[in-house]
Amino acid sequence: MPERREFLMKTVRGLGLAAAGGLAWSGFIEEGRSAPLILRPPGAVPEKDFLASCIKCGMCVEACPYDALDLARPGDGKPIGTPYYTPRTNPCYMCKDIPCVPACPTGSLDKTLVSDKDESGELRLNINLAQMGLAVIDRETCIAYAGIQCDACYRACPFIDKAITVDYTRNIRTGKHAMRAPVVHSKACTGCGLCEKACVTRKASIFILPREIAMGESSERYIKGWDERDEERMKDVTEKVTTETPRSSKDPIDYLNREDF
Amino acid sequence: MRKYKYQIPRRITQIATLFLFFSGNAYGWQVLRGNLSSAKVLGTIPLSDPFAMLQSYAAGTAIAADALTGALIILVFYTLLGGRVFCGWVCPVNMVSDLANKIRTTFNLDITWKSWNIKRGVRYWIIALSVVLSAILGVAAFEWISPIGALHRGIIYGFGFGWAFVLIVFLFDLIAVKNGFCGHVCPLGGFYSLIGHFGFLRIGYDHDKCTTCMKCIEICPEEQVLHMVGIQSGAVRSGECINCGRCIEVCDDNAVKFSNIYSKEYL
Repeated sequence: MPERREFLMKTVRGLGLAAAGGLAWSGFIEEGRSAPLILRPPGAVPEKDFLASCIKCGMCVEACPYDALDLARPGDGKPIGTPYYTPRTNPCYMCKDIPCVPACPTGSLDKTLVSDKDESGELRLNINLAQMGLAVIDRETCIAYAGIQCDACYRACPFIDKAITVDYTRNIRTGKHAMRAPVVHSKACTGCGLCEKACVTRKASIFILPREIAMGESSERYIKGWDERDEERMKDVTEKVTTETPRSSKDPIDYLNREDF
Repeated sequence: MRKYKYQIPRRITQIATLFLFFSGNAYGWQVLRGNLSSAKVLGTIPLSDPFAMLQSYAAGTAIAADALTGALIILVFYTLLGGRVFCGWVCPVNMVSDLANKIRTTFNLDITWKSWNIKRGVRYWIIALSVVLSAILGVAAFEWISPIGALHRGIIYGFGFGWAFVLIVFLFDLIAVKNGFCGHVCPLGGFYSLIGHFGFLRIGYDHDKCTTCMKCIEICPEEQVLHMVGIQSGAVRSGECINCGRCIEVCDDNAVKFSNIYSKEYL
């Protein structure tokens, strides 16, 4: 029996060591991948799939003619070896042929996410479909919102008048000037970051955030009745759902008939 | 010169590989682009690290055609060749490990800093752990901490804090365990050991010529593969041999040489 005991104890020891090492290892990975603000190249699959499939080869980085992409280095606080771009210093210039996407050997950058059908029905790359991020404006530091005639981001935007429009309003403070406030539209904005690069404030007042971070989400039951396309969001709603709260569980009539009303 | 018969070409292939990758990124040369994880030769032939693809698959990815083709090419190439040719002739960490070893021997550190006793089989457990962690965490787990990746990406795209990963390997090899990383821990080395069993290009040993000086065992980074030395003629069968040829360089009796184990001599 002692042999069997020894074998068992050795196995337990091995498993224990593997667990200890594995936990330290997992901890390092978990820390490293919690980088929700990272901006991925065009056509990137959702972040979870991206982390699973990206092989850290840097082919997209090399394919980029503007050197906009970089592989995260240890110490950058981003998932090690994965590609990202920094709009303030080097935005995405939205090449028509999107060279970074076909360069990807693993499909982490997925052509189909940035392709649509041309007249003959064949798939063609279309950078305008990219959803790398979304421009967000800090109205408190944006000088256009303070009444200064700046339209740097608006002019820099490759989707001028679609992704960024300018709202002309009266400057109530002075009473005699116009405000020309930039407004971003999520339907057209690709998150390329040319606006962030162009912004004249010391620290950019318009900047790119990942869309999941920058955007809210309203429930399927709040529909803009004046927007036909918005009704599409309702198509998956099948059953009737009512939200029960302690107050709503009682019939309103009971409430009205209560003595203390 | 005979003393460096294989060492010089090994350094040339190691440095040339890195240089070509570096030039691919820096100057746009098409010879070799990407890095050791995945690459493209002359803009057409894909190459991929099969162990990284295995982890990626465990992490829940459907492997794309390009990456799969590349991984198969590498897998078939090293399987046919035999031994850990990747480790001895391509991987840049080999140079780090060899440098630590050189310092160990020059200053006789084997005696003052006696190597810790770690089993060589640890690497196979780390392979298993890599795959299990990849499956649990949904990322290629070893690629995340790999000093190999940190080194080649560091050279091609800039180090960041990645030099620390390389320094850890160097210090571990120098102070703690002789051939510690490459010979005991590295799961990629373990992976190539597993597929390196079958190839043809192996070290052949001739007992009749041998004077049992044991220089080959002394220099070998995987001395367990030379278990037949002084006992009987034969070839190295273990996939753990990195085919570096240092045993051939130090042998004064021409008792070891690269051979084809499928030739008549060894069947």
